[in-house]
Order: sequence, then structure tokens, then C-alpha cells
Amino acid sequence: MKIDFTHHQSAHCENGVVSNLMSYNGFKISEPMVFGIGSGLLFCYIPFLMVNHAPAITYRAMPGFIFKRFAKRTGIKIKREKFSSKSTAQARLDENLSRDNPVGLQVGVYGLLYFPDEYRFHFNAHNLVVYGKEDNTYLISDPVMENVTSLTAKQLEKVRFAKGAFAPKGHMYYPIAFPEELQLEKAIVKGIKHTCRDMLAPVPFVGAKGIRTVAKLIRKWPKKKGVKVANHYLGQVVRMQEEIGTGGGGFRYIYAAFLQESSKILKNERLSELSKEMTEIGDLWRDFALDASRIYKNRSAQDNAYNKVADQLHIIGDKEEAFFKKLKKAI
Amino acid sequence: MKTNEVPQDKSHLESVSKEVYYAVDENGDYKKTLSSGWDVKTIALENALEEIERRVEEAKIRVHENKTSPIEYYMELHKMDLTVLSSYVGMWQWRVKRHFKPSVFKKLSSKVLQKYADVFEISMEELQHISS
Repeated sequence: MKIDFTHHQSAHCENGVVSNLMSYNGFKISEPMVFGIGSGLLFCYIPFLMVNHAPAITYRAMPGFIFKRFAKRTGIKIKREKFSSKSTAQARLDENLSRDNPVGLQVGVYGLLYFPDEYRFHFNAHNLVVYGKEDNTYLISDPVMENVTSLTAKQLEKVRFAKGAFAPKGHMYYPIAFPEELQLEKAIVKGIKHTCRDMLAPVPFVGAKGIRTVAKLIRKWPKKKGVKVANHYLGQVVRMQEEIGTGGGGFRYIYAAFLQESSKILKNERLSELSKEMTEIGDLWRDFALDASRIYKNRSAQDNAYNKVADQLHIIGDKEEAFFKKLKKAI
Repeated sequence: MKTNEVPQDKSHLESVSKEVYYAVDENGDYKKTLSSGWDVKTIALENALEEIERRVEEAKIRVHENKTSPIEYYMELHKMDLTVLSSYVGMWQWRVKRHFKPSVFKKLSSKVLQKYADVFEISMEELQHISS
């Protein structure tokens, strides 16, 4: 069986799954809209947590939060299921497919064999849509891929029951009830307010303050950790910021696209100006990544090179603080 | 970023898929634009992979020097750390760590060994004797 489902590629998996499932159900909504309403934008440095042997930094909300907030703010009901039994998990999936209902799944990336080896890490918060089953093979729409793909029943079971942080436990979800018409205006305002609150949070690890905290840390890395480790850490920061799924510039461009679209919906010209400003901030993030890459490419670690990228990051922190204060007023 | 500035460098992903960027066109409107890759992040990825390779090689040497058990080697080979491995085998981290000791590893029951072999998808033979 194969459900008549249209695959649209997106930058980020979670927005993409939501946007694709919504359009299957007759609601056209863009990826940036999902991201913005779901308050996806963030900056957070998580002290003490190490990912790939480097400090954990994230540029977006926790996995699952974007869809949850988006659904709540637009009045959509989602059904979510997790499973302890692998066979029940598969039976429930098959049941939905036979009812012509494509579903979203949370999966681990390590077992996704359609990705090149270089991209397979133990990251468990990836999302995809299953839209059919032929023989023993599931038809997969992975939003970050240009084209649809497939996984055998065995392969799919493995990624649904990947272990480690954010273990999916077979997590399956799909929308079950919709409002007659999507009221985006209020949802956009709520989404923006929430993001402003996050980015201006009076906590040293979060938002604009978090960015400046990381800038401070970067200055200390070469002395404290040695050249090799410092370079590895810096490389990880860039990966978190630019790796597939971010749309470039640590999600800042997706957010700028959201503000542009919102400006038309809310008929608020100020948001269009702020979209341009966010684009410029995104460009600064890209410049930061480029200069950081020069350091880890040459495998050298001159203190002043580290100080230079730290300065850049500090400026970005200041700019984002000013930006979100303005955005708060504009809405 | 403008649509014509979206990087089109080589990457490990390009043979499988291009990726989506959001960029502004000549009218200032945001458009989804495809990118084949960006050197800045390809280098970061390659460095991270090299670091993993180095860890695997180091673990292998330590197995041969009888300083650790093959479990640590296979853990590194599968890009895992202690947290990930212990949740896959369903044992406490301190227990898995203890199994890194060659003396403890030698005395492990075949039931426990099988758990590790299943996670790494290898035979018991391969688990006990890593290739040099």
C-alpha cells in the first residue's frame, strides 16, 4: 500500500515532517511558519553535557517542542504513542498505513543506512514520515532528503528503538483533529513572544547571554584545553550551527524567512524590516563559522585568532539582545 | 545570505542529496535554495571523523597491549560513548566500564558477551579476538 503523499524537502526534519503532514491534511503551511510559531529559535549552552566529546550547544528548541507548541497555538490535536514492545510498535504503524494515514516517527540517525557513513552519528531526535509499505519495505519521506527513500522492516525497527539520549522508544505521532481554519495571527504573536522571552532570558546559559558566555569560554579554550581539544571544540560549535537541518546560520535564516512571511500575514511592515536585520545577524554567524574554520583547518591555535572569533561571537550576542528587544516591541 | 551566495562546495552528502538553505533572492524575498555543501562544515566534519578514527586506533593498540578489552574498541568503532553503549546493552555505566578491564572481560559469561555481540552485530569470536 502506498498513500498519496507529497514529499517536500525542508531544511530541518521536525518542521519538515509537520509541514508535510499538514499539507497532506489539506493545510498549506511553510517550514519557517512551523518553526516560528513553534518558537524553534534558541541559543543554549548546556554546561556539563558533552556531545561527541565536546561541550553541548544548541541553536534550537528541544526535539519535539516545536511541533508541540505549533499544535497548541494553532489548535491542532496530535496523537502520540510510544511503545515498549517492538511488535506492537510495528502493528500500530501498519494499522495507520492501512487507514491511509501517514505518520511521523522519531528515529535514531545511526541506523539510517540511506545517509552516507560520515553522517551517521548517535543522534536520536531525527524525524521522518512513513507513507506506505510494499512487501516488507517501508516507504520513507525524510524531509532533509531531496527524494523519498525506503527502509526494510528490520532497519526501521532498529532506528525506532535506537538507544541513548532522547531514545525514541518507537515514538509515532500524527495530527488527529484540526480547526476549521488555521488562525495564524494569534499563533504567530504567541510564537514570537515566546522566542523573545527565551532569547532575553536572564540566565547565563540561554539566549543572548548564553552566546556571550560561550564567547568567554572560547577565549579560555586554547590555554585551558590545549590546541587540539580547543580546535575540536570549535569545530563542534560550527557543526551544531551549520550542519544539515539548520538552513544555514544556526536557524537564523529560517527565522528571518518566518518574520518576512509573518509581516505579510499580520500586515506589520516592522517585521519585514526586522527580517532583514535577522538576515544580517545570520550573515554574522556565517562569518564567525568561516573564521573559526580557518583556525581548525590550519590546526594552529594562536590566542589572538581565538580572541578574534570570540569577539565576533560577543558582538553577535549583543546584536541578538538588541534585536529581540526590538522584536518584542514590534509585536 | 543571497541565493547566489549559497555555497556549492563538495561534500560527503552531495551524492545522496543536496540540502536546503533559506536565502534571499534579488527582490529580497526568502527562497529555499539547494546547496551541495560548504567547505567550512565539511572540514569540521572531517576533523570530527579523524578524531573518532584516532580513538579507534588508540583503543585497538590498548587492546593488543592488554590494557583494555575489545568492548572499548568496538564501542569507539561504532562511534559510541559509555552512555550510549550502556543504554544499548541495558547495563549500568560502571558495569560496562568494568568490562573494559581485560581480567574481568575474560571471565564474562557467554550470556553477557552475547549482549555485546548483538549490539555490535558481530560474532562471539569477533568480539573476543579483534583483528590486528
